Amino acid sequence: MEHPIPTRMGDGALVRMTPAEIETAIRDGVAAAVKRAKVEPLTEGEIAHLLDIFSSRSRFSAVDIGDEVTLSYDGCGSQDMGTRVNDLQYYEQYLCADSVELYHHDYSYKPAKAVLGLEQTTMRQAQFLITAPCGYGAMPDLGLYTVPDGPIANWAQLLPMGRIAEARAAQEEAVELAADDIVFVAASMAEAGADFIDLDTAGAAGDADFLAALRAIARIRARFPDLGIQIGMASEFVLGMHGELEYEGVRLAGLWPREQMKLAAKAGVTIFGPAINVNTGKSVAWNVARTITIVKQCCEESTVPVHLNVGMGVGGVPMHILPPGDAVSRASRAAVDILRLDGL
Amino acid sequence: MGGIRTAGDLVARMQITRGMRLTQAKEYVAGRLGVSLMDLSDPVVMLDVRKERGLGASTEAGEILYIDDPVGLEAKFHIAELLGIPINSVERFKAMTGSRG
Repeated sequence: MEHPIPTRMGDGALVRMTPAEIETAIRDGVAAAVKRAKVEPLTEGEIAHLLDIFSSRSRFSAVDIGDEVTLSYDGCGSQDMGTRVNDLQYYEQYLCADSVELYHHDYSYKPAKAVLGLEQTTMRQAQFLITAPCGYGAMPDLGLYTVPDGPIANWAQLLPMGRIAEARAAQEEAVELAADDIVFVAASMAEAGADFIDLDTAGAAGDADFLAALRAIARIRARFPDLGIQIGMASEFVLGMHGELEYEGVRLAGLWPREQMKLAAKAGVTIFGPAINVNTGKSVAWNVARTITIVKQCCEESTVPVHLNVGMGVGGVPMHILPPGDAVSRASRAAVDILRLDGL
Repeated sequence: MGGIRTAGDLVARMQITRGMRLTQAKEYVAGRLGVSLMDLSDPVVMLDVRKERGLGASTEAGEILYIDDPVGLEAKFHIAELLGIPINSVERFKAMTGSRG
């Protein structure tokens, strides 16, 4: 008789599943990925390894000694204990972060531009104290350029009205404004001593959002050959809010991680971070199996380091404000073991 | 990977600034340090290596790094030389402290 194992659902709830149920969930997650993303399934050995990880009763799971990967972050600290430089120091000294990221609490490039002098000052101060790579991150966040927050017509309102041409024109206009702001902020932070710039949740507003990020990256790379550039995606495939935008002749709408990675590498990133969405109604084992299946080919073919986004609601980690460590450690270990990731 | 307690920050720096994949970055850093790949994530080994080479480490109230051990920007000068890469804050410091006459 199989005894149930404590495990988690995608919303963080603790449940009990037998090893047979866990194996079924894993195989269903793999099948879901194959069907949705048109990728190859995991091997039987990889499925067995996932079952081994998720059948453990341990509070924590970890990779073998010597298989550790580097960790990067979309902003370090909560900004409510001490200064932002203290946050970076906590991450470096106490959490042993491999890299740290300064950020503005309104984590987008458009608001960061308004307080750039303060951001530069803080970055300069941080660079005196921090030994680990220290960069600056924010989101392209194309929606901020639309009415009422910005000057561009709001395509989210135009599309339901059937005003497709106007919606597309608005997105194309927003792309240029966003790219300009990203480049401006990146250049300013490089001037202040930043080791890298991070464009987080690229594609959050769809294909136009992703295009703004790619164009900005290419311009930053051309101007700063030695600056690190990291991109983190918003979701597993690029939503076609415009539908006809292209970068280097490739249509952006509908791209999955492998194709996203190719364009990001072509634009000039040094780290690519795919993001696979979590289904909160499925188990963590199901979600991790699906994540790994979708990203596997991207990791095999990547020409740049792949740092899989493994956090709240992505990469198999439960969609909860305080993701439980048992779930986070299992998802992280599974991804590193099977994908041979460069980082998380 | 352990950050400044091991060689995690050094490996991360090769990924971030040179786009090296993990295996390549680890081999590169291990080669420059003269240690094995396993040593890179060993805090016992790496503390001695970091102190000898002035690469910075956990400060821990002056009980790990002493006043004559480089920290922060001081350490990054040594890291840049060790890894053979430009570090932006180091280059900026040189530029800012250069002659303005």
